[in-house]
Parts: sequence; structure tokens; C-alpha cells
Amino acid sequence: MSQGWDAIVIGAGPAGMAAAATLAEGGARALLLDEQAEPGGQIYRAIERNRSNARLSAILGPDYRRGAALVERLRASGACLRFSSSVWRVEPGAAVWSRTNGMATLDRARALVIATGAMERPVPLAGWTLPGVMTVGALQILLKTGGLVPSGRLVLAGTGPLFYLFARQCLDAGVEHLTLLDTAQSGNIPAALPHLPRAFTGQGWRYLAKGAGLLAALSLGRVKLLRGVSEIAIEGEERATAIRFRTGRASHRLGCDLIGLHEGVIPQQQLPRALGCIFDWNEGQSCFQPRRDPWGASTLPGVFIAGDAGGIVGAQASLHEGEAAALAILAELGRITPAARDARLRRVRQARDAHLTARPFLDRLYRPGPGLIAPPDHVTICRCEAVGAGSLRRAVARGALGPSQAKAFLRVGMGPCQGRLCGPSVTGLIARETDRSEAETGYYRIRDPIKPVTVGELARASQPSASHRGD
Amino acid sequence: MFRRIEPSAPEGGPALTFEGREIVFYPGDSLAAALLAAGIGALRQSPVDASPRAPYCMMGVCFECLVEIDGRQNQQACLTPAHDGMVVRRQIGARQLP
Repeated sequence: MSQGWDAIVIGAGPAGMAAAATLAEGGARALLLDEQAEPGGQIYRAIERNRSNARLSAILGPDYRRGAALVERLRASGACLRFSSSVWRVEPGAAVWSRTNGMATLDRARALVIATGAMERPVPLAGWTLPGVMTVGALQILLKTGGLVPSGRLVLAGTGPLFYLFARQCLDAGVEHLTLLDTAQSGNIPAALPHLPRAFTGQGWRYLAKGAGLLAALSLGRVKLLRGVSEIAIEGEERATAIRFRTGRASHRLGCDLIGLHEGVIPQQQLPRALGCIFDWNEGQSCFQPRRDPWGASTLPGVFIAGDAGGIVGAQASLHEGEAAALAILAELGRITPAARDARLRRVRQARDAHLTARPFLDRLYRPGPGLIAPPDHVTICRCEAVGAGSLRRAVARGALGPSQAKAFLRVGMGPCQGRLCGPSVTGLIARETDRSEAETGYYRIRDPIKPVTVGELARASQPSASHRGD
Repeated sequence: MFRRIEPSAPEGGPALTFEGREIVFYPGDSLAAALLAAGIGALRQSPVDASPRAPYCMMGVCFECLVEIDGRQNQQACLTPAHDGMVVRRQIGARQLP
């Protein structure tokens, strides 16, 4: 069993790559683990393969191509990289159990950086379990990894920066039948305006300019865009064939072949929750996030959380958060002096904060609406166990006052995804039904293994000869 | 449902089978991407209500893309690289215990 790591970084997106590279450049023995077969995370997915593909690189845009430099820096840093490796358990004291090619491995380190990034906010609405309904992020992953472009009639429903970015990428990729259904509420614009002046400071103006450019390109491209969309329901038997919705008092029905849903992103909670990190409710981003100090240290000793896993900050700020966590660890290891750490941290923090000036404006502009948090009774909330919102409301009426109790009543959150796709909805709906806040309502108690591992793999891992050093 | 930016995969390239049907794919495709590119809809049937399910998140979170790969059940197609000669079947209901 490997005892020799100074630090283990989980997740090879911008935060994890920057953390592992900074650690290794500073002389630390760093191990980087990721579930995917290649570095980049979701934002820079398949970046190394796509560099030579001029057409795809052009479609994905300059912010995507920016990831190539970070991957190069990571490869040159000397950090040990282990891909196709799922972390299924972390024990206090930075003991990390992972699974690679059917082999369970235990690695130990002095410090841990959790950089597991974000996931898309679950969008429970009628028909969202049908084949032909995916997240916008999933459609973008298909574009990045396989050059797959939706054909036929595509409907994107939702809102947020990724929603409009992917719409633009579809236009550039030659998608002909595209309809955008923007679900942002009309009150969001006046509510967001007070945050606008600050959004022009630092690097924020770049995000505003990019957004304005996206909207201009979409209007020039004559994309059909409906705003103020609500009460979405998807129809179909074996697959999605139509989408119904309202704008104001008007009802609409559109035939379609593929639907992409997106209502923003939230931190992936599974790993820090299973470890026992304390979480707080972030009202501005409508999600839970782990409590951290200014350097990214969680409430557990030696456990840092960097990037979107700690609260949604975006790729550029995530990179700087990864560096900040690495600098704090390098100082703990005695690789740099506290004075050198503080000097470098100041610059890293400034660079990070410059990328966050537009965040409150964007968060308020694209805040999810009440229909998303409290869907009608017939809508499936827990996809794995096929539990509807009505069942959850009845369970609350019978006395299930929290998400973990609701599990015992209904099996919500107990299927293969382990609550990842229903946890936010279950908390939100129980909070509304009981007239309490999300913070008071709490979240599922998450237990490992947080990823599948077989009994056979566990048995083999207990034999020392079967374990192998990661280096 | 999807088309490739590149021309279609060449004849004689790597291929797998899904429910006995040959699926030609591109190197670098995940199994889920290869099946979606071939126009496959449902990859599994819910063990709870038998409803058809297909890849939803493509990043390992939702577990909707569970399939049987070379006899091993409940494998996440989105996290599995497509391999030449892979034998893939739908995951119907819960995993059978040996």
C-alpha cells in the first residue's frame, strides 16, 4: 500500500490540475486521481485530443482552448496522474480508496484536495426521465468527446451561461432546427441590476462581453427564442417526442427529437459529505456548499476543497483556488516558508477575486424559479426509485420532516445514483412543505462507498499482494 | 438524434455489438457516446417501474446509462471507453446476483 504521497488531489479539472501541478512544482509528491480517461474535467474535456481538430476547436471557442496550457503545465509538473480511477471512499487522515480497472487501491497522504467540481442542477419536470432528454452539459460533453452534434429538431430548455454558450456552439456546428426556451423569470433582470456595476470591475467585464456576444450571435442566427417559459412537460412513450410549456397565458406544444435541460450548476457534494465536512446553504446560488476558510481548508484537518466543488466560481477562479490550496499544503509540508506562501497567496487570491466580480450578477440573473423547486405532484423527483413529488408531499404530511427520514419512508435517494439527482429537490420541497429554510431542513446523510465497488474487489484489496503502489 | 462533425466512422474500424447489432465507433468514444451516435434510445429498463432510460448526464453522476458489458451487469456506459469487440446488452431491471 502506498504510504508515500504528500498530497492526493481528487479531480482533474481546472482546480485539481492547478493544485497537483503547483504541489509537484513545489517538490511535493502529488497524486492526481480522476474518473475520466484523460485530464481536463468537464470544462476542458478531451482538450488534448481536440487540439489537432481545427473545426471542433473553433466551435468550442477560446475559453475551451485555454485549458490546453494548464494540461501541458500539469504533464510537465511531475505529478503522478492516475486516470479512469473512481474514488469510492475517503477516510479521515487522507486515506483514499479508489478503483481502477477493477482493482481497489488504498493511497495515503498528508493532505487531500477535493476538486470534484460541479454537476448540473437537477431539473425535475414531467417526462424528464424519457430517452431523448439530456442535460445541456451532457450534450456538450458529446460534442467535446466525440464531435457529436444534435441532428433533427433540438429544443434547449432552461437558462444560464452554459445554456447560451451551448446554443451558440450548436449554431456554429450547423444545427438547423434549434429552439431555445428560456425559463428565467422576468423579475430576475431588475433584481440583478444592483449587482451590475461591480460586474464591470476586475475580469467581470469579460464575462459580460462574452454573454452579450453570445446573445447577439443567437439573434443574428435567427434562433427561435422564447422567454418567460414555465410549466414545461415532455411527452413521449419510448422517447421524447414533444414538449409542452407556457409563456404568460399562452400554451404551446412543439414536436422535437432531442431536448437539453439546464438550470445552472451546483457543487458535487458526495465526497465531502461522506467525509463529514460541514456544509452551509448559499442563498445566492440556491445550493449547499462546504464551509471553507479563505485558503480552501474545509472543517476537517488536512482536507482542502478547491474550485466549483466548494461553491460555483467558474473555471478561471477554480484554477486559482487549486493553486491556493496547494500553496497552503506546501507551507504545511515545509516546502515553502510561511512568508513565501503569504506573498504568493495574495497574488493568487487577487487573481481569483477578479474573476468573481460578475458572479453575483449572473447568479441573480439566472436564479432557478419556484416551479423548479416545487414541481407538481405527478413529476418524478427521484429518478432511480421512481418517486414523485406527490409521494414526498404525503410523506412530509405523515411526519417525514427531513431528507434522511424521507429515505426511510420512500427509498428516495437509495437507488444507484445515491441521491445525487434528487437530493437538492428533496431538500427544497421538504423546506417549502414545512415552511423552514433549506439550512434547517438539511440534506441526505451520505455514506460510502460513494461509487460502486464489488465484494470481489474489496476481498482482493485486503490481500497485500493485490495492492499496488500508484507510482 | 446525433450526427458527427467528422465524416461517419470508416468501414472496418473498431466495432462493438449492442443487443447483437454491430456498432462502428470512433477511437476515444465512451460506450454511451458510441451508442447515442448509432441512434440507440433506451439503454436500460428501470427496475422499479420498467420505464425506458437512456444516458442523461454523460459524466458519471446519474447512473441512467447502466448496461451489461461482456457479461458484467450495471456498468456505467458513459465512464467506459468503447472497445473493439465489446459485447453490450441492455440492463433490464435489477442486477442478477450470481
